[in-house]
Amino acid sequence: MSRRFLTGAVSAGLVLVLAACSGTTKNDNAGSGASASTAAANPNAAAKEGVKMAFLPKQLNNPYSDIEVSGGKDALAELKGEYKLVGPNDASASSQVSYINTLIQQQQDVIGIAANDPNAVCPSLNQARSAGIKIVAFDSDAAKDCRDVFINQATTQGIGEALAKQAKDLSGGSGEIAVLSATPNATNQNAWIEVLKKELAKPEYANIKLDKVAYGNDDDQKSFQEAQGLLQSFPNLKVIVSPTTVGIAAAARYVSSSSYKGKVAVTGLGTPNQMRAFVKDGTVKQFALWNPADIGYLAAYAGVALKSGQITGKEGEKFKAGKLGDYTIGASGEIVLGPPTTFDANNIDKFNF
Amino acid sequence: MSDQGNRLGRLLSWDAAVVLVTVLVLIVASGAVENFGTSRNFTFLLLDLLPIALVALPMTFIIVTGEIDLSVASTLGLTSAVMGSLWDAGLSIETIIPLCIVLGAVLGALNGFFVTMLKLPSLAVTIGTLALYRGLAFVVLGDGAVADFPRDYTSWVTGTIGDGPVPNVLLPLVVVALVFGVVLHATPVGRGVFAAGAGEQAARFAGIRTGRLKFWLYVVSGAVAGLAGVLWTLRYSSARADNGFGLELAVVAAVLLGGVSIFGGKGTLPGVLAGVVLLASLQNALRLQDVSNEALNIVTGVLLIVSVLLPNVVTSARTALRRRSRATAPVSPER
Repeated sequence: MSRRFLTGAVSAGLVLVLAACSGTTKNDNAGSGASASTAAANPNAAAKEGVKMAFLPKQLNNPYSDIEVSGGKDALAELKGEYKLVGPNDASASSQVSYINTLIQQQQDVIGIAANDPNAVCPSLNQARSAGIKIVAFDSDAAKDCRDVFINQATTQGIGEALAKQAKDLSGGSGEIAVLSATPNATNQNAWIEVLKKELAKPEYANIKLDKVAYGNDDDQKSFQEAQGLLQSFPNLKVIVSPTTVGIAAAARYVSSSSYKGKVAVTGLGTPNQMRAFVKDGTVKQFALWNPADIGYLAAYAGVALKSGQITGKEGEKFKAGKLGDYTIGASGEIVLGPPTTFDANNIDKFNF
Repeated sequence: MSDQGNRLGRLLSWDAAVVLVTVLVLIVASGAVENFGTSRNFTFLLLDLLPIALVALPMTFIIVTGEIDLSVASTLGLTSAVMGSLWDAGLSIETIIPLCIVLGAVLGALNGFFVTMLKLPSLAVTIGTLALYRGLAFVVLGDGAVADFPRDYTSWVTGTIGDGPVPNVLLPLVVVALVFGVVLHATPVGRGVFAAGAGEQAARFAGIRTGRLKFWLYVVSGAVAGLAGVLWTLRYSSARADNGFGLELAVVAAVLLGGVSIFGGKGTLPGVLAGVVLLASLQNALRLQDVSNEALNIVTGVLLIVSVLLPNVVTSARTALRRRSRATAPVSPER
C-alpha cells in the first residue's frame, strides 16, 4: 500500500515538475514598495509630550535586551512619554507579529523593534505605519521599507574590524581562532562574522586561521558545551571570539575553570558586569561593547523626534538625543550610535551595566 | 447501552460547554477589553489561529484513534524550508505549492509507516520525526530565510475578503473544516475512527482495517501540515527552518481543551474548533490588556488541567450520587 502510494506521489511530483513551465517564478517578481513618507521634516518643531512608545525586543528576559530597553525607559521619562515593554519568550521570526498587531490595536505612537526576521515583521509593521505609528528599528534591522529609522549600535564594518583586531592582538598575530556566535540566523551576528572573515583575508591577518564558527543559540548551556567542543576539536586554538554576550560569558566560564585558563583567550562582545570576574581573574584580557542602554535611549529620542515631526527618516536630517548629543541620519534611515568601547582591567570598574 | 447513552450525553455537554465558554469569552472580551471587538482585531485573531485550527483538524482524528502526531510543526517547518529553497531555485510558485503539500503527505506517510506497519508507539515515532524533520529543515535552508515571494500571493494570504474583517484564508479553512467534520461525524470512516479509538481489537473484529485507516490519517495530517507550512510562509513572507516551532503543543492543547480524550474514542470537531478559538481569543484579549507572557502561560496551563479534570470530577460526583441513592434505597429481604 505504501509502495503504491509512494509511486503515485513520485509520479505526481514528476508530472507537476514537467507541467511547470509557466507560472510565477522568482525572476518575474516586481520590487516591493512601501513608500517612504513624503512629509517634510521640521527640525524646529517642539518635542511632543505623552508619546506612547512600546519596545518590542527579540525576546523578553534576555539580560542584554533588558538593558537596552531600560535606556528607552529613561529617555521616555525625560521626554514625558509613556513607556511599554512587550515581546515573545522565544526569538522566532513570526512570534513578534502578533505583538505588533496588538500594539496597532492599542494605538501606540511609536514601536521600537529589534527584528527577529527582517521580512516576517514587514507586513504588520507597514500596517502599523499606515495607522500612523512610527517604527524605530534598533539592534537588529527590519527590512528597510517597513521602518522609519534604524538605530545601529555601531557599523557592521566597525564591529567586524574590532573583532578581527581583538583576535590579532590576543593571538600575538598568528595562530588559530574560532567564533562562538548566537543563533545561525541572527542578522547582526552573521553580518559581523562576514566582515571578520573579510578582514582575516587581508595580508596583515595572513597568519591567523579561523577554524570554525560554532553556534550556542544564545543559550548559556549550549554555548558552554560549544566552547568545550571547540577546545576539544582544535587543541591549538588560541582565541575564542564570541560576538554575543551570552556566548562570551559561557566561554569565559568554561575556560576559567579549565586547564585552558591563561592559554586560550576569550574575547568578543560582553557586558562589564557579567565579565568583571573573568577580567579580574585573568581569563579575559579585553572585550568590547557599546553601552546597550544608549541604544534604547537613542531609539526613544528618535521615536519622539519622528512623532513630533522633527525628522522623517531621510538622510541628512538632524535631531538631539538628550545626553548623547546631536545625531544625523545616514543613508537609508540609519542612525549610528558610535564606536564600541573596549573594556579591560584598567577601565572596567568605571562601568556598571 | 444506557451507560453509552450517558457517556454520549456527557460528551455532548462538554463540547457544548466549551462552545458556550468560548462565546462567553468573546462577548465579555468585546465588552471589557478595549480594542478587542474591532474588525481589525478580528482579522488578526483569525490569522493567528488559522495554522493551529488547520493542523488541529487531522490531529483530532489521530487523537480520537488513540494515537498522536507531534511532528506536525516540524513538517510545517520543513515544508517552509523546502518552499524557500525551491523558490530560490527558480521554480514557479504554482508548482511549489502542490509539491509542498505532496511533501507533507510523504512525511506523514513515513510516520504512518512506522506506526502501522512496524507497530511502533506513535508518541515515540512522532517525537523522533519531530526532531528529524526540524533537523532536515535546517539542512535544507540552513540559517537563512527566503523572503521574496510574489506579492500577489503574500498579500492574498494576509488580506481580507473585500477589505472587510474576514481574512481570505478563512475560506480554505472553512472548506477543509466542513469536509473533516462531515467525514468524522457522518460517514463510516468517522465511525471507524471512533471504533479504533474505543478498542482496537473490537474494531478489527468488526471488520475495520485500523492499520490502513491510521496510515491514511497520518498522510492527511502531513499534507495539511504541509499546506499550513505554505500558508505560514506566505503570511510572514519568510521561508525559514524554524517556522512554526512549538506549534504542535498549541495544537494538542487546543484539541484536548476541545474535549477530545487523549486515550482515544471520544471527541467532536466543533468542540476542537471552539478550543482553538478559546485559546487564541484569550491570548489575544490578555495581550491587549498587557498581561505578561508568564501569566498567559499560567492561564493556558490551568485551563488545560481544568479541562482534563472537570469531566472526571463530574463522573465521580455522578457515581457517588448514584451510590448514595442506591444505599438509601429500601433493601428487599428476598431476591
